[in-house]
Amino acid sequence: MTIEFESPKPIVQTQFVLKTVAEEMMRSKSRYFDEHEHEIPWDYIEFMHTAMKSMGVGSLAPKEKSNGGNGGEPKEKRPPIAYQSLAAQIEMLSWGDVGFYLITPGGGLGAAAVQAAGTSEQKAKFLARFTEDKPTFAAMCMTEAGAGSDTSAIRARAVLDEKTNEWVINGEKIFVTAGDKAFTEYEKFGGGFIVVWASIDPSAGRAGMRAFVVESGTKGVTVSKLEHKLGIRASDTATISLVDARVPYDHILGSPTVEKTTTGFKGAMATFDATRPLVAASGLGVARAALEFLKEKLDENGVEIRYGLPRQKLSNIEREFIDMEIMLKSAWLMVIKAVWMADNKKPNALESSMSKVRAGDVGTKITQKAVEILGPLGYSREFLLEKWFRDAKITDIYEGTGQINRLVVARQILGYSGSELR
Amino acid sequence: MYSFEPSEEQQMLVDAVGKYAINDLRPAAHEAEESREFPRKLVSKGWELGLLQASTPEAYGGFGERSAVTCALAVEEMAFGDLAGALAVMTPSLFATPILLTGSEEQKQEYLPRVIEGDWAPYTAALIEYRFDFDPNALKTTAKASAGDYILDGEKAFVPFAKDAEAMIVYADLDGITQGFIVPKNSAGLTISNERENLMGLNALPMYRVKLDTVKVPASNRLGGASGHNFELVLASMRIASASAAVGVAKASFEYAKNYAKEREAFGVKIAQKQAIAFMLAEMATEIEAMRLLTWEAAWKLDNQKDDAATEAYLAFTGAADMAMMVTDRGVQILGGHGYIREHPVELFMRNGRGFAMLVGLAIV
Ligand SMILES: Cc1cc2nc3c(=O)[nH]c(=O)nc-3n(C[C@H](O)[C@H](O)[C@H](O)COP(=O)(O)OP(=O)(O)OC[C@H]3O[C@@H](n4cnc5c(N)ncnc54)[C@H](O)[C@@H]3O)c2cc1C
Repeated sequence: MTIEFESPKPIVQTQFVLKTVAEEMMRSKSRYFDEHEHEIPWDYIEFMHTAMKSMGVGSLAPKEKSNGGNGGEPKEKRPPIAYQSLAAQIEMLSWGDVGFYLITPGGGLGAAAVQAAGTSEQKAKFLARFTEDKPTFAAMCMTEAGAGSDTSAIRARAVLDEKTNEWVINGEKIFVTAGDKAFTEYEKFGGGFIVVWASIDPSAGRAGMRAFVVESGTKGVTVSKLEHKLGIRASDTATISLVDARVPYDHILGSPTVEKTTTGFKGAMATFDATRPLVAASGLGVARAALEFLKEKLDENGVEIRYGLPRQKLSNIEREFIDMEIMLKSAWLMVIKAVWMADNKKPNALESSMSKVRAGDVGTKITQKAVEILGPLGYSREFLLEKWFRDAKITDIYEGTGQINRLVVARQILGYSGSELR
Repeated sequence: MYSFEPSEEQQMLVDAVGKYAINDLRPAAHEAEESREFPRKLVSKGWELGLLQASTPEAYGGFGERSAVTCALAVEEMAFGDLAGALAVMTPSLFATPILLTGSEEQKQEYLPRVIEGDWAPYTAALIEYRFDFDPNALKTTAKASAGDYILDGEKAFVPFAKDAEAMIVYADLDGITQGFIVPKNSAGLTISNERENLMGLNALPMYRVKLDTVKVPASNRLGGASGHNFELVLASMRIASASAAVGVAKASFEYAKNYAKEREAFGVKIAQKQAIAFMLAEMATEIEAMRLLTWEAAWKLDNQKDDAATEAYLAFTGAADMAMMVTDRGVQILGGHGYIREHPVELFMRNGRGFAMLVGLAIV
């Protein structure tokens, strides 16, 4: 091992391709879908599905198997880069448009949950669909009206019907990203699924929490509302109601019996360790878009950034710009470190939450500052900057708010449990 | 590829430096700051760790190749013990490293073995000037070519160990660019102040003003020889060293405050169990890690001669200086009134933390 900062070639190549996609397929439509919330960008979705299939990337979820095993002689073993690659792709797509990125067909958070907590049979059964003919979606349903940050407060309930050997689920989930596309049966989409968190034993608290795969179109399940949001409007945010919804026994992720441990809950947390740096990557993509736009406008107006000067000789704009660049670069390195750890199977709960804390802050600050520095141009809807400002804010909210991730970081560095530091 | 794991060799070095920092520098820091003197024995012990020697090829008396990444790791670790002590140990690098990086073959052969092979000896460099708008790329000290010599004029500040320095590199403006000149002890026109600098921190490091009044050095003493040298490379190395030291000092403050917060009780719980404290600590840890990674990347870019290495070093330096201020301030805050008392080291960390923004030129990787 050694310390190195060379972006792997395959990643650079993918970024190059995705940049064109971001410009042609996303940015050109950003404004339209910002102003037409709840319309579906079919073109983008179909394009991405076809493109990813032809590139052999069925889903944005990293593959288990190593790449390059064609049955021949074992190749020289390269260090794994699946998560690093994913983070770079997400960053670039989000540089294009975060709302669009969130409705890129593939597994999304739903598949990530299956990846993190499913058996190999379950992975085979649920994840194969993403490489089939039609674009297909999956979503993750944890949040409820009364349970956001405090996931242990969820009220959704799953009861085993011993006669039919089915789980019967009741509850209402809110704020489900891509919930509509994953659950509603659109003709152009393949059948997706949602992963619903519910308790199989409310007296057991967190130990009783399990995730269930609920196939699209399941009876008793309805998309009852689509939210109107500050930003990321191309992405649908759904309320999903489950009334006596029945799912087969083997759709439970993790053990069907409750031990007096918190393994069920830990499943959810393991998902977050994997997905938090990816959400951070997404937020940094928007931040980079904003910073590059700012640079472009400053250039146009003959404002130069004089690197190398001591602070007290810099103009205010230069100081701000340099600070933004420091924030962005260092935040990105934190993301890379967290996914590098994931790729190398090192426990990364601390690094992953740290990267999310930092990306939440940095994305918000950079977009705020960019709008401020450009004055009326920043505030105008003539440019996408004001939209990126609205889009960026979500990074500090979903996948654990900035505060929740600070709690995770603090517990890790202090060696505290959840009850020692609430 | 990306990788964030030091090599075995690097880890061994970091461990050795870490031990010295914790067992030797830290226990001596308070007394050294108060008495304005770092025990020379301790400085020698640090010198024997061989950081500079390990960065110098055998041909010039050392036993290794320079790696900015390795140096960055070592500087962070040493500054974690105590900044003044770390800077004292590394002062000879201020003279040797620029020669190693950009010196002519003759300069390397003449000076490097001298510095490297013996005990720690006061070789130093003079970059800083006593002006509010001090800028390493726009120096007021001047060098003028004159009949095969250079004439140096001006005044330098914060020059470590100048009083008994065997030789120093003086940086001066030569036709609009910064260039270094090797100035031997006792050069005519060179005066070192009797009084030491009195600063907010770093009092254990003896620093002096240096006056140059038509100091004449032969053309061969221009760093790099007749055609001069790339100052950007030297400055980038200085900035990376400062950034690494800033990370080390910040980490010292963070660790101290964290341990304190886990012991101190208020309102029936440990103060670390209060979010107001815990969140400060979480942010400190996050900022430290962010600037550490940026510094590593800059060092790696320097080692690999990437085009943007100098800019990246500037960003790492600027960011780490801010971070050190933020973190060391919070270190004091977490200890409350006790943080303000000199018995605890956090106030010294804070005084040292404030310095990084202006203290480029006191360390080099
Ligand atoms: C656009 C969008 C998409 C989303 N997508 C999904 C999805 O796909 N699936 C899903 O399950 N959820 C999703 N969410 C939900 C999101 O994860 C939650 O909104 C988030 O976790 C916060 O929960 P809350 O909104 O109930 O806020 P609350 O939990 O009520 O928090 C309110 C405030 O209190 C703070 N707070 C809460 N607890 C603590 C504490 N212990 N210490 C300090 N401060 C605290 C929070 O940081 C926040 O500032 C989405 C949300 C949005 C807006």
